[in-house]
Amino acid sequence: MSKEKLILINQLCTHYQVEMSLFSELNEFGIIEILTIEDSYFIHEDKISVVEKVVRMQKDLKINLEGVDTVLNLLDKIDDLQTQLNTLQNRLRLYED
Amino acid sequence: MVFIDYYKILGIEKKATQADIKKAYRKLARKYHPDINPNDKNSEKKFKEINEANEVLGNPENRKKFDKYGEDWKHADEFDKAQQQNQQSRKDSQGQSSRNFSESEYSDFFESMFGGRSTRGGSVKFKGQDFHAELHLDLKDVYETHKRTLTVNGKNIRLTIPAGVINGQIIRIKGHGGEGLNGGPKGDLILKFSIANHTNFKRDKDNLYATADIDLFKALLGGEITIDTFNGKVKLKVKPETQSGTKVKLKGKGFPVYKKDGEFGDLYITYNVALPTKLSEKEIELFNELAKLRSK
Repeated sequence: MSKEKLILINQLCTHYQVEMSLFSELNEFGIIEILTIEDSYFIHEDKISVVEKVVRMQKDLKINLEGVDTVLNLLDKIDDLQTQLNTLQNRLRLYED
Repeated sequence: MVFIDYYKILGIEKKATQADIKKAYRKLARKYHPDINPNDKNSEKKFKEINEANEVLGNPENRKKFDKYGEDWKHADEFDKAQQQNQQSRKDSQGQSSRNFSESEYSDFFESMFGGRSTRGGSVKFKGQDFHAELHLDLKDVYETHKRTLTVNGKNIRLTIPAGVINGQIIRIKGHGGEGLNGGPKGDLILKFSIANHTNFKRDKDNLYATADIDLFKALLGGEITIDTFNGKVKLKVKPETQSGTKVKLKGKGFPVYKKDGEFGDLYITYNVALPTKLSEKEIELFNELAKLRSK
């Protein structure tokens, strides 16, 4: 597998000053997917923003991982609902004068 | 400058304990944190205020100064020093300080908490703040892919706006937001499209809807009419005995499909049969004859 868009978890641990266990837990929660290549652990660069969100929520709001996972799921739902609302609002315009 | 009452911001009383402040801050931060409220400018503003209030009231020394000097608490040391000098110089110092404490210092203060000077979070690198902007376009503007230059925070950004963008759609432009913290990457620019429609077409995603008037005789006998599509006129055959309200679909004459070059939605035309008015005596006579024929 190409390592082009993968980021070494050890580097992220240093960068965000977090333990490796955080990434293992995020993997267990299904928030990220850890990829193993030649005994090294990676995540895809697309997942960086979600990792940052988790770190901020933990540091700023003291939310534990169960809470973070719930928040992320609810945010996804809000995002879906927002898209649906937008589509419906645009459709409603069809019936407005 | 409007006085900012940090107690009011945190919803606590002046006699609140440090534990009360911490509790109030945590509760409000959970409610207004930008990660919990994406794309919500009001929450972002509120979160900044809450953080500022916590930074001041959560620190007993700063809190004491705030309680004593109110909005000028940051100049407390200057005041105390001035008080030791003569009455006149104290007055001058107070006046000067008050004038200097401007709106811009309010945000500087916020930066001091979250920016490079911050001690909060040590050397942890974080991505910069996301900037939010709204781009107002006309429906005609988004019929074709075009380039546009936006000015965001004094910087020009050249953007390609793909044809078929939908009203309310949000796109994220990487690296055009605020500076990262402690050397972290820049934030993103989150752009929301607001598309006004000043045309006679109504749009639902990629499909367009319009009405076309046809006269009674074309509706009854059939014929050819010319109608407007979004990008020009087309000729259309009307079938004999077409009813008012009949819909016809013009395949591929709708709006471009977002990010799918060459693909278009459909145009739906609803016929509106326009009845003749101001009939002549002869016409009334002939219509009467027709009516008699129909009733036989």
